[in-house]
Amino acid sequence: MGKRAAIIGTGQTYCKSIRRDVNGQELINEAVTRALQDAELTIDDIDGVVIGNMDHFEGINYVDCWSIDGSGGYMKPTMKLCTGGTTGTTLGIGGYHMVASGMFDKLLVIGWEKNSESDTTGAIVTATDPILDRGVMAGALAGLAIEASEYAAAYGATSKDAARVSVRDRKHACNNPYAHLRKEVTIEEVLSSPVISDPLRLLDMCPRTDGACAVIYANEDVAEKLCPQPAWVVGTSNRHCYSRFADIKGQTGMLSLTTAAKELWAKTGVKEPLKEIDVMEMYQPYSWGGLIWFEDMGFCKKGEGPKYIWDGVTDMGGECPVNPSGGVISTNPIGATGLIRCAEIAGQIMGKAGDRQVPDVELALATGFGGCFWSDMILYSKNKPA
Amino acid sequence: MDRVAIVGIGQTKIEASKERQNYPEMVYEAVKLALEDAGVGMDEVDNVVTTSNDFWDGRTISCMPVGGVSGAFDKNISGVEGDGTFGAFYATCRTLSGSYGSTLVTAHGKGSESRSIAPMITNAAFDPVLARSLGLDMTTACALQARKYMQRYGITEEECAQVSVKNHGNALDNPNAQSPMKITVEDVMKSEKIAEPLKALDVSPISDGACCLILANEERAKKFRTKPVWLKGVSFCADAFQLGDRDLSECKPLEQAAAKAYRMAGITDPRKEIDVAEICDAFTYQELMWTEGLGFCKKGEGGKLVTSGATAKDGDIPVNPSGGLLSGHVAIAAGMYRMIEAVRQIRGEAGGMQVKEGVKTALAHGVNGLCGQSHCVWILGSE
Repeated sequence: MGKRAAIIGTGQTYCKSIRRDVNGQELINEAVTRALQDAELTIDDIDGVVIGNMDHFEGINYVDCWSIDGSGGYMKPTMKLCTGGTTGTTLGIGGYHMVASGMFDKLLVIGWEKNSESDTTGAIVTATDPILDRGVMAGALAGLAIEASEYAAAYGATSKDAARVSVRDRKHACNNPYAHLRKEVTIEEVLSSPVISDPLRLLDMCPRTDGACAVIYANEDVAEKLCPQPAWVVGTSNRHCYSRFADIKGQTGMLSLTTAAKELWAKTGVKEPLKEIDVMEMYQPYSWGGLIWFEDMGFCKKGEGPKYIWDGVTDMGGECPVNPSGGVISTNPIGATGLIRCAEIAGQIMGKAGDRQVPDVELALATGFGGCFWSDMILYSKNKPA
Repeated sequence: MDRVAIVGIGQTKIEASKERQNYPEMVYEAVKLALEDAGVGMDEVDNVVTTSNDFWDGRTISCMPVGGVSGAFDKNISGVEGDGTFGAFYATCRTLSGSYGSTLVTAHGKGSESRSIAPMITNAAFDPVLARSLGLDMTTACALQARKYMQRYGITEEECAQVSVKNHGNALDNPNAQSPMKITVEDVMKSEKIAEPLKALDVSPISDGACCLILANEERAKKFRTKPVWLKGVSFCADAFQLGDRDLSECKPLEQAAAKAYRMAGITDPRKEIDVAEICDAFTYQELMWTEGLGFCKKGEGGKLVTSGATAKDGDIPVNPSGGLLSGHVAIAAGMYRMIEAVRQIRGEAGGMQVKEGVKTALAHGVNGLCGQSHCVWILGSE
C-alpha cells in the first residue's frame, strides 16, 4: 500500500496580463520561494521537483531542464508533466502519487505560464487534429460555445443565468491579492459585454495571465512534523475521454466530469457532495461551466444549476462556496491554473486563506478542465485519511 | 514499499519514415503489442500514462491524440513530457501509490514529420535571449561537449568511432532497428562532417516509432502470463541549465542517479553485477561518457573500455546489444525502447541480441535536455 500524502505549503505569484518585471525563471522562483517560506523549508529539504506548463505558450522546449535556475531543481530529480489546461491538476494529482509511492518524502510541484510571451490562441490552435478538427474547432472558445448552446437548448438556461456566475467569481476575486482581475461587475455589464463566440461574451470568459504557483507535497512520514495542519489528499479521479473534438457527445453534460465525479464519490464515500463538501475551487474558465459542471458533479440535479446559483448556494457564506479565490474567470496562467485550485484549497484547509477564508473547512474539492473536454478532480481533507 | 514489475512490452519497428501511420496509429500498434505480450485486455489495465513532447509532435497538448489509442477513454490518465524513462517513472509511482494495481505507459516520436525543423526544435531548448541566436542546437552543443570531453581525457575520434562500429553491427541482429550496418572505424572517420568533431556515423538518426510498457504491483503481476521483470532501482537527476554553468566534460547528474539507483538495487560493483546495459548513445562520445558515469570504468577510460571489447555483445559488460540510438533514435521514446530491450534480455527473449543465458540484472538509461543535462537510470532484475 502507498502512503498517505498532503500539501504542506503553497506559494503563488502576483498575477497580471504581462509581468514585465520578471522572466519565466524568475516568475517560477517567486512562487517557489513563497511555497518554501510557507512550509518553513529550504530548497535543500526538497527531494524532487515536478513542473508543468504548455510548451508553445512560451516557446521553450524541455522546460523541466530550462527552469532549473528558477525551480531549484539543480542536482535533484526533476521532471515535467503536461496535459494542456488540466496541467495544473495533473501536477496536483502527480505530486500526490509521487509522495504516496514512497519515492519522495517532500516534493516541490510547480505550475506556471507566461502567456504574454506568445499568441495563446495561435498556440492552442495546433492542439486540434490537423485534418479532422482544426478547420472548425480550433481554439479554446468554439467547444465551450457549443457546450453552452447545447445546455441552453436542453434546459432553458439563459445568458443571464451564466452572467450570475461571472458576477460571483469576479466579486470573490476582490478578496484575493493574487487574483489578476479584481473588479466587480453587474449582470448588465456581463450581458452588454462584446460577444466573442455566441452565446459567450467577454465577461463570461477567463483572461490569459502571467503567473506561477508552487505547492509542496509530503507523505505521512513527515507531513505532520512539518506542518500543523496538512491538507490531506483523500482521493483523486480523472478522465480524458476524447482525443478529437468531433467525437464529443454533448447535451447530457460533460462525460469526463460526470464519470470522474462518480468514481471519486464512490472511492471516498461522499454521498451528498453539496452537503459534505465545504468549499470548491473549480477550474471553470467560463461562466456557463459554473452551471453545467456543478450539475455534472452531482451537486444538484441536471438543469437545476441556475436555481442554486441565483439562491447564493455557491456564494461566500453559502452552503458550498465555489471559487472564493475568484476562480479561473479572474486569473488564468494556464499551466498554473489547476495547481492554484489545489493551493487555494490547501489554504482553506490550513486556515490561511485570509479575506477569502471559508469557515470550518473539513472537506474540499479542486477540479481541473482542459484538453478535449477533460476533467480532473482532487478531494482534500483536514483529517488524515483512515 | 510495494514492488513493481514490467509485465508487458510492445514496440514498433523503428523506421526513418512511417508514411502509412500517423503518430496515434503508431502508439496503437505498440499498445496492442504490449497487451498481446501480457496476455490481457484493457480491463486488466487500471490507468494510463502517456509520454510526448509538443515540439517534436508539432502539436500543443501532444498527449491529446494518444489517450484514446492507449485505451484510456474511461480510465484515469496522465501525461509526462520528457524521455520515456521519466514517463515510466511516473507510471511506477502511480502503481506504488496504492491507487492502481497496474499502469500502462506509452511513448512515441515521429521524427519524420519534424526532421526538417529538428535544429529549430532543439534550438528552442536554449535560453531565448542569451543563447538561441547563436544558432546552437542539440548537435552543435553536443559537438562542444564531445570536444571538451575528448580534450580533457585524450579520447580520440577513432575511439568514438568504435562505438559506431559496435552498435551498428549489433543492430544487424535487431529486427526493429532502423540502420543496421557492418562498418569499420575508417568508414566512420570518412563519413561526412556534421559538426566538428562529430561525423555522420557518430550521430544517431531521427526516427519514427512508439513503445509501451505495462507495469503491475506484486499482487497484480500474478495475473499476467509473462514472467515479471522487477524494478530493482530507479533514480533521476538534473544538472544546471546554462551550458556555461556546467563542466561539459562531466556527467555529475548521471553519477548521482546511478549511485541512488544502485543503492536501491543493492548493487555495489556495477561492472560485475550488471549483465547488460542499454543506454542513450545519441552520439558516439556519449556512450563513452555515460559508461564512465555509470561506473563501468574510471573517468576518462570510456575509450579504452570500448576498445578493449568489454562493451561488445560478448564482453563482460555488454552495452547496447540492440544497436542503441545510433541504430534508431526515436526522440522521447528512446529511453523506453532501452527499457524494453533490457526486459527482453532478462526474459531471455532477445534472439540474436541476447548477451548470454540467465541475464539477472540489466540497466536502462534515458536522457532529458541538452548534452545530458538530466539522466534517468533503471535497474531491472529477474527476481
